[in-house]
Amino acid sequence: MSFGGLKALDGIDLYVERGEIVALIGPNGAGKTTFFNCISGIYAPTEGDIFIMKPQAGTAKRINGLKPNQVTSKGLARTFQNIRLFQNMTVLENVMMGRHVRTNAGIAGAIFRNRKTRDEEKQIVERSYGIIKKIGLAYYVNECAKNLPYGAQRRLEIARAIATEPFLLLLDEPAAGMNPQETKELDMLIQRIRDEENISILLIEHDMKLVMSISERIYVVDYGKKIAEGTPEEIKINPEVIKAYLGEDAY
Amino acid sequence: MDYFLELFLGGLTRGSIYALIALGYTMVYGIIQLINFAHGEIYMIGAFTALIVISVLMSTGMNPVAVILIAGFVAVIYSCAYGFTLEKIAYKPLRNAPRLSALISAIGMSLFLQNYVLLAQTCDFLPFPNLIPDFECIEPFAHIIGSTDVVILVTTAVVMIILTILIRYTKIGKAMRATSQDRVMASLMGIDVNTVISFTFILGSATAAIGGVLIASHIGMINFYIGFIAGIKAFVAAVLGGIGSLPGAVLGGFVLGWTESFATGYISSDYEDVFAFLFLVLILIFKPSGILGRSEQSKV
Amino acid sequence: MRKFAEIRKSLYVALWFIFLTFPIMVIRINPLEKTVEWRWMNMALVGIGTFFLSFLWRYLISKKEEGSKRAEEKQNEKISKLRRLIENRKIIAGSVVAGALLAAVFPFVVSLYQTNIMTTALIYVMLGLGLNIVVGLAGLLDLGYVAFYAVGAYAYALLNYHFGLNFWMVLPVGAALGALFGILLGFPVLRLRGDYLAIVTLGFGEIIRLILENWNEFSFGPSGISNISRPPLFGIELSVQNATVYMYYIMIFLCLVTIFIVKRLQDSRIGRAWVALREDEVACQAMGIDRTKTKLTAFALGATWAGMGGVVFAAKTTFVNPASFTIWESIIILCIVVLGGMGSVIGVITGAFIIILLPEYLRVFSEFRMLMFGIILVVMMVFRPGGIISGVRRTYKFEGKNF
Repeated sequence: MSFGGLKALDGIDLYVERGEIVALIGPNGAGKTTFFNCISGIYAPTEGDIFIMKPQAGTAKRINGLKPNQVTSKGLARTFQNIRLFQNMTVLENVMMGRHVRTNAGIAGAIFRNRKTRDEEKQIVERSYGIIKKIGLAYYVNECAKNLPYGAQRRLEIARAIATEPFLLLLDEPAAGMNPQETKELDMLIQRIRDEENISILLIEHDMKLVMSISERIYVVDYGKKIAEGTPEEIKINPEVIKAYLGEDAY
Repeated sequence: MDYFLELFLGGLTRGSIYALIALGYTMVYGIIQLINFAHGEIYMIGAFTALIVISVLMSTGMNPVAVILIAGFVAVIYSCAYGFTLEKIAYKPLRNAPRLSALISAIGMSLFLQNYVLLAQTCDFLPFPNLIPDFECIEPFAHIIGSTDVVILVTTAVVMIILTILIRYTKIGKAMRATSQDRVMASLMGIDVNTVISFTFILGSATAAIGGVLIASHIGMINFYIGFIAGIKAFVAAVLGGIGSLPGAVLGGFVLGWTESFATGYISSDYEDVFAFLFLVLILIFKPSGILGRSEQSKV
Repeated sequence: MRKFAEIRKSLYVALWFIFLTFPIMVIRINPLEKTVEWRWMNMALVGIGTFFLSFLWRYLISKKEEGSKRAEEKQNEKISKLRRLIENRKIIAGSVVAGALLAAVFPFVVSLYQTNIMTTALIYVMLGLGLNIVVGLAGLLDLGYVAFYAVGAYAYALLNYHFGLNFWMVLPVGAALGALFGILLGFPVLRLRGDYLAIVTLGFGEIIRLILENWNEFSFGPSGISNISRPPLFGIELSVQNATVYMYYIMIFLCLVTIFIVKRLQDSRIGRAWVALREDEVACQAMGIDRTKTKLTAFALGATWAGMGGVVFAAKTTFVNPASFTIWESIIILCIVVLGGMGSVIGVITGAFIIILLPEYLRVFSEFRMLMFGIILVVMMVFRPGGIISGVRRTYKFEGKNF
């Protein structure tokens, strides 16, 4: 991915297996969020490809160049580094928006409100509430999103993303601004999502404790280039990584 | 060839006027990201004030050149006063409101000012005397260019140069540039943002008033409605050049002026306004950032 | 001491406005007869008026700034009170019955002229509700709404003139043409940012009007088309009186249909997508909502009602010309939506009645009509951006009964 003459991302090869939790780390400005934006269709990558292979389908599908909404409908959902909720809608409505892509009532359905539409609406509410309960936001269900505490807003973003029924969830700094207690809960929540919903997870995170405890594999990027990959244990002792984080003199 | 030259120069004159008004749009947009819908009305009020001053002074039998200079000066003062008041009433309370609210407020102000002049004065077209003297030196070219055109071109150039110097090299110009980058940060650095915004409105209104007096002399007629159509066209010019960019506004004004001049000269004069609007729609669809504007991408 | 300072402030404001309005308010020129009239009376009026208004202005501004937080809470309380009132079934049933009775007997208790005005107001209710979908729900500022109104009106006028088609045949055609034009315009421009969209739609509206004015062979130019037939009742041509009453009932019916459909759309999957799109476009796309398609739906639906409104307008006045479709018509409709309350059906209906009926009944004000509209737009935006009846969106509450 390049902007004008600047190469923001250069040859980052990354894969996520089914059911894995993979972390993408790197110093500020390394290009992590840009990488997410490329995957989720907000930027169209100038070079390189993104493939998805759904468990049922045998062949890999190329998805770069698709619009964000098309990417979501293919089964990739994301959250945002700076929270982007529908501030004036309730928690329930926020999650209901996530169901939009998996439902299909049209104008005619809205006007005539036939049986199919009514059933669909009921199903949207029920499924959404189910997800809210699972994420632990049931207490806030009818609250306006903007009135939620910070940690709950982050979780609501995750709930909303899960409602789109993804097979891969992209989390952009889910623990940013959380206190240690909330981070611990988030740790458990992410693992539960993986185990119970069978969703693979790729996350960007600065909280190393969280990263090391939940990821199976870690990729490290700096200045748009991949500098290391491996298990948490391997990354911890990788000299390139230490150099990128602490500078030349650190060792 | 003469016909072509005539159209070319006609377009240039027209374009200069659009550029003068477009500067106000672009400056205000650059500072507070608002389309000052009532900007055309400021220009109309400038022209009206000038006409009133001219009518009063002419009855005293003063020298025409002195009259037009005084009238122009008073028009600029009043337009600035209107621009300043307009911002205080209709936009300042909405500084942190959604952009849609501020735009609707601007439309309301435009509607108000038009009808204010309509009710206080008249709805008829009023003749505007041309007091700009004929220069002898351009006599040989009189068939393609009039002395009014020359005055318009020279004035536009002078205004452009003054504005550029003001924004590039003065303290208030620096404050304006800082405010347009980031209003909150500028205020944290000790810039009085309210003053900067007021100053921008005053500056924009002054150029609009100059444009108003010039075009009224050129066309020889004004009524309460002239601001609206001129405002829209100047806005087209500002967008065409890239809104927020001063050279862009001037360039956009010229391009629009030529387009209109050639289109009406060679195709048909019935659809003069249609060309401007069509142009606007096409630019916004194919190059929303304009000729000299930078495309902005919101950070995710 | 503070009182004194306040008075001094107002005095300065009054002096400033006296200075500001001096040339335009006081001097009236007549360049043809070369006379100048001095109206010192106006100066006194401006001075006194602004002196008192500035107190009011400052009071309202300070109240707005001070209590913006507290007011929010209070407003919530007020809304819940209002909502309780609105949701009280007895009150709903009572007012609906009363309203229906009033609407039904209206043409028989008042003069024909009044019925005619009411029909006009009802046309604006319909237009307002249509524009409300675009502006109020989807948050797209459309200043060229009148173009679709013109499309509907000319569709009926021309089809009636050339082929003798009657009102009922053209009504769906007008609606479809409105939608078609909505899609044609919307498709390229809906990618634009909000304020650019406003200007482009404005430009489009003017283009349509200028074409109608200049393309004589097609639209008969500025003189327009007259003798358009009124709607027939089961194939029978009615007298002018009966036709007026009939028109009124048609409009009542069309308004009811519009209200029903708009309400249903509001509470649907698509309605939610519109509101969400207004809140955050990027997040919406990440939720898999097709931005262009959703906006286009809103735009086209709004245009549909404008098309229908145009057909009704042509049938009611039996005459159309381009002068009826200026930008100010769009702005009046926008005024209705803004004044009444963006996104609120009852608000839009209230807004339409105030804006259309008030100048009709208060003849004194009719001269100041447009001036007042300008003030209304500014004042509403500054002090009450939600409108008279702010849109109380039906939020989805989870009652837990389903489980």
